[in-house]
Amino acid sequence: MPGRRPLAAALRTPTGATAAVVLAGLLFLAAFAPAIWGAEARHVDVAHLLEGSSGRHPLGTDNLGRDVLARLLVATRQSLGLAVLAVLVATLIGVPLGALPAVLGRRAGRIVNAVIDFAVAFPALLLAIFVAIVAGVGAQSAVLAIGIAGAPSAARLTQTLAASIAGSDYVAAARLAGVPRRRLLLRHVLPNIGEPLILNLTLAVGGALLAMSGLSFLGLGVQAPAYDWGRMLNEGLERVYVSPAAALGPGTAVVIAGLAFNGLGEALAQVVSTRPVHGGRRRDAGHPVDEPAPVAVGDEAPVLTVSRLSVHIPTAAGEITPVREISFTVSRGEIVGIVGESGSGKSLTAMAVGRLLAAPAYATAARLEFLGADLRAKPTRTLRRLLGTSRAVVFQDPATTLNPSLTVGRQLTEVSEVHQRMPRREARLRAVSRLRSVRIPSPERRLRQYPHQLSGGMRQRAMIAMGLMGEPQLIIADEPTSALDVTVQQQILRLLRQVNEDTGAAALLITHDIAVVAETCRRVLVMYAGRIVEELDVRTLCERPAHPYTRALIASVPDMATDRDSPLATIAGRPPQPAEIPDGCGFAARCAFATERCRAERPPLLPLAPGQSAACWHPRTEPLPALTDAVSA
Amino acid sequence: MTAVAVLPRERWWATHPRSAFLVRRAMRLAVSLAVLITLAFAMIHLIPGDPVRTALGPKAPQSLVAQRRHDLWLDRSLWDQYVHYLHGLVTGDLGTSISSNLPVSDIISARLPSTAELAGIAFLVIMLLSVPIGMVAAVLTRDGRRRGTDLGFTTVTGLLATVPEFLLGVGLVVLFGVTLRWFPVGGKGGPESYVLPVAALSLGSIAALARIVRAETLNVLGQEYVRTALSKELPARLLYLRHVLPNMLTATLTLGGLLLAGLIGGTVLVENVFAWPGLGTIVVNSVGTQDYPVAQAIVLMLGATVLVINAVVDLVLGFLDPRSTIGAS
Repeated sequence: MPGRRPLAAALRTPTGATAAVVLAGLLFLAAFAPAIWGAEARHVDVAHLLEGSSGRHPLGTDNLGRDVLARLLVATRQSLGLAVLAVLVATLIGVPLGALPAVLGRRAGRIVNAVIDFAVAFPALLLAIFVAIVAGVGAQSAVLAIGIAGAPSAARLTQTLAASIAGSDYVAAARLAGVPRRRLLLRHVLPNIGEPLILNLTLAVGGALLAMSGLSFLGLGVQAPAYDWGRMLNEGLERVYVSPAAALGPGTAVVIAGLAFNGLGEALAQVVSTRPVHGGRRRDAGHPVDEPAPVAVGDEAPVLTVSRLSVHIPTAAGEITPVREISFTVSRGEIVGIVGESGSGKSLTAMAVGRLLAAPAYATAARLEFLGADLRAKPTRTLRRLLGTSRAVVFQDPATTLNPSLTVGRQLTEVSEVHQRMPRREARLRAVSRLRSVRIPSPERRLRQYPHQLSGGMRQRAMIAMGLMGEPQLIIADEPTSALDVTVQQQILRLLRQVNEDTGAAALLITHDIAVVAETCRRVLVMYAGRIVEELDVRTLCERPAHPYTRALIASVPDMATDRDSPLATIAGRPPQPAEIPDGCGFAARCAFATERCRAERPPLLPLAPGQSAACWHPRTEPLPALTDAVSA
Repeated sequence: MTAVAVLPRERWWATHPRSAFLVRRAMRLAVSLAVLITLAFAMIHLIPGDPVRTALGPKAPQSLVAQRRHDLWLDRSLWDQYVHYLHGLVTGDLGTSISSNLPVSDIISARLPSTAELAGIAFLVIMLLSVPIGMVAAVLTRDGRRRGTDLGFTTVTGLLATVPEFLLGVGLVVLFGVTLRWFPVGGKGGPESYVLPVAALSLGSIAALARIVRAETLNVLGQEYVRTALSKELPARLLYLRHVLPNMLTATLTLGGLLLAGLIGGTVLVENVFAWPGLGTIVVNSVGTQDYPVAQAIVLMLGATVLVINAVVDLVLGFLDPRSTIGAS
C-alpha cells in the first residue's frame, strides 16, 4: 500500500483528504480573495467603527469601519505568501548547508555539522528577534528571520535524506567508478532525494505560517497598513473585551491552516510507516473456553494438564493457528522436553501455558490446568499468587529478559515481598541464599548490581534464582541456553537438573536442540507445524523413534563419530508456514516415506508402544543405525 | 624509541569516563556560549547605519547622539569594544538602555523573576501531567485495545500540539477571561492570574510530551523484561511504576529538556498575550523602539539559558542511565 507514490496514498486517507481539501480552499482564497473581497476589505465606513459581530459584519469591523471577515479572507494571500517565501529562504540556505558535508572533506564536514547542531538546538524565536534587530522591523526581515531560523532544520533534513541513500548501491557504484564528489552530489544524490525533500519543505510552510503569525502578532512582522492574520490577531486582541470575534477569527484561520499542513504531513507519515493491522475486535490473552473435551492421559495429579490447546494469531490476511489442538501433561518432578524447528509452535505453546502470550495472539483449550487451577479463568488474586510462587519462567536471552534499570536484588526480592508478604530484610536473605544455590559467587555484592554488570551465564543463573524465590512446582524454560556460550550452556542445564532433583520442581524445557533434550529430559514431545508428531521417553528417542521427522532430527546431530568429510546431515525442504498447513500430514512434503494417504489424511497421535505415541501412517520400527554420542544421555 | 614515547599523552581527566564526559560536555557548552556572546556583540555592529541615530530618531540633537555613542563605546576600536563588552558581562554591567537611560541589569533583574516563575511553573505542570497521561493512555490502548480511546487521544493531543502557544493564549483569554470571566485576561497579580498564562504555555507541550510518553511506554511494554515481570504476576502498580516507568524516563527527560528550552521562546509570546511583566514583553518592546542594548542583553540571556539547559539535560541523562557507556569511546 505505501508503494512508490506516498502522496497519492496519503490523499486517500480521511485525514489526508480533509487536509488536502482545506489546503485547496486556502490556495483558492490566496489566488482570488483579493479580487473578490478586496474592495470590501478596503471600504472605510466611519459610521461603523470597531463594531462587534453583526449580520452585515460577521466578525465585526476594525478601527476604520472595515469588514474584518473580508480582510481575513484577503489576508490569506499575504499570510500564505510570506510563509512560502520564508520556506524558500530556509531552503536556499539550508539545503546547500546540509549537502556541504558530502562535498567537503571530512574535517570541514564535521565543522558544518557542529554549526548545524548548534543552530538546530537554538530556539527559532530568539533567532528571529536577533534578525529583526539587525534587519529592522518589518515583513521582509520577518521572512528572513523565519527563513534563517528554519534553515538548520532544512539542512538536517537534507543531510538525513542524503545519508539514507549515500549507502545505496548506485551511489557506491558511482563512487567506485571514480565520479568526483561534487558530481556525485549533483547527479546522484540530490535528484534522488528531491521528491521527499520538496514534500517535507512544502509541509514546513505550515510551521512557517505559524511562526510568521507569531512575529506579526508580536508587532515584529507585517506592519500597517499591510496586514496578515498575525497582524489582525494583534489588533483584535487589543479589543478582545468588546468583540472577541475580531481576535478569534484570525486565530482560527491560522489554526486551520496550520492543522491542514500538519494533517497532510501526518497522513504521509502514516502511509510511509504502515503499521501491522491487528484483529478488529478486542482479544484477551486469556483462554476462551472451547468445548468440553476428553480428559488428557496423565499420571496421578499432574502439575500441568493441557488438552486441545490451540494458539491463534489474527493477522491482516486472516487468522493463523500456529499451534493446533495439542494435549500433554507434566507430572510432578518430571522434566518434559518440547523439541522442534523454529516455527513449529513450541515457544508459543510454552507462552500459552504460562499465560504470557503477547497480544494479539490468544489461546483456546479444552483444559488448561496448573496444580488443579483452571488457567483459562479470569485470574483471581489467589490464582496469581499460586502462579507467582509455584511457577517459574526462564526465557531465552537473559540480556533482554532482566530489567536493565533495576538491581538484581530488587528483581529477586519483589516476588517474595508481593506473594509471600515477606519483609524486605527477610526477602534479601532469601535472595542471597537462592543466588548461592545457583552458585553465584559473593551473592551479597551481586544483589546490589545491575544486570549489565553480570555475565550472560550469571544472568541466566540469576533468572533461575528468581524463579526459586517462591516454591516452584513447574519451571517453564523457553530455550534457556540458546543465547549462551557452549560451555555455559552445559552449566545451566546441569543447574536445571540439580534444581529439579533438589526441589522436586517439574520442568517444561523448550528447545530446538535435540541433544539438549536427550541429556536433560525424561519425556519428549516432538512438534512439527503446530502439532505434536511424536511423544516418547528419552530412551526410546535414542533407540527407536518412530516418526520420520524425529529420526531426521536425530540424524542431523553431528557428533565425534560423524565423518567430517561428508556434508552435514540436514532435512531437505522447509516447514510449512502456519497459514498454509496442508490437510494431510504436515511433514509429508519433506518425508521420504510419504504416500498418497499422508497427503490426503492427517494421521492422529496414536500409541505405538509403552511410552511412545506417534502421528504417522508409516511409523518406523527398526532401531536407529548407530547411537550417537551426543544423544545418549 | 621507547614504547612510552609512542603512547598518546594522557590527559588527567581522561582516566575516568564520567569526568571525561563531563569535561567534554562542559567544553562544548563553553564554545557555544562564546559563539553566542560574540554574535550578541556583533549584533549591534551588523545594524546598517548608526544604531544610536536610528534609536533616537532623526530629530535628536547631534550632541546627544555623540554622547550616547561615547557611552556605548561605539567611538572606540572594535577590539576595545569587544574587550569592554566581555568585561561588562563578567562584572554584571550589561550597558544602559538607550530610551530610558536605566542600567540594563536593573531592567533585567526587575523582570527576570516573573519570566522564571512562568516558565518554571509551566515546566512543572508539563512534567507532572504529561507522564501520567501518556502512561495511562499507553496502558489503556496497549496491544491495539480501545481503538476509540486511541483515536481520541491522538486527535486531541495532535490538535493541542499543533496550535502555537500564543493562539492557545488568545483562545483561553476569549473563553475563560472574556466569556466566562473566571480568570483575569492579563497582568500579574494573585495566583488566579497565573492560571491562563501557565495553561497557554504548557498545554501544547503536555500534549506533545504525553504522545512521546505513550509511544515510549508502548515500546517498553513490548520488551522481554516486561514479560519477565508479567511472569512474576506482580500487581499492576508495581509492574508499571517499577518495571516500566524507569525505562521510559530517559527518552521522556530528553524531550522534556528540549521542551524546557522551547518554553523560553514560548514565554516571549505568551507574555505578550497576557501583558506579563517579564523579559518577553520588554524584549519585544525594545526591538520595536530600537533600544538595542536591552534587546541585545535579553537575547543573550535567554539564549545562554537555553544552552545551559541543554547541557544540564545531557549531563543528567548521562549520569541517570545505569547502562550509559559515556566516555567509553
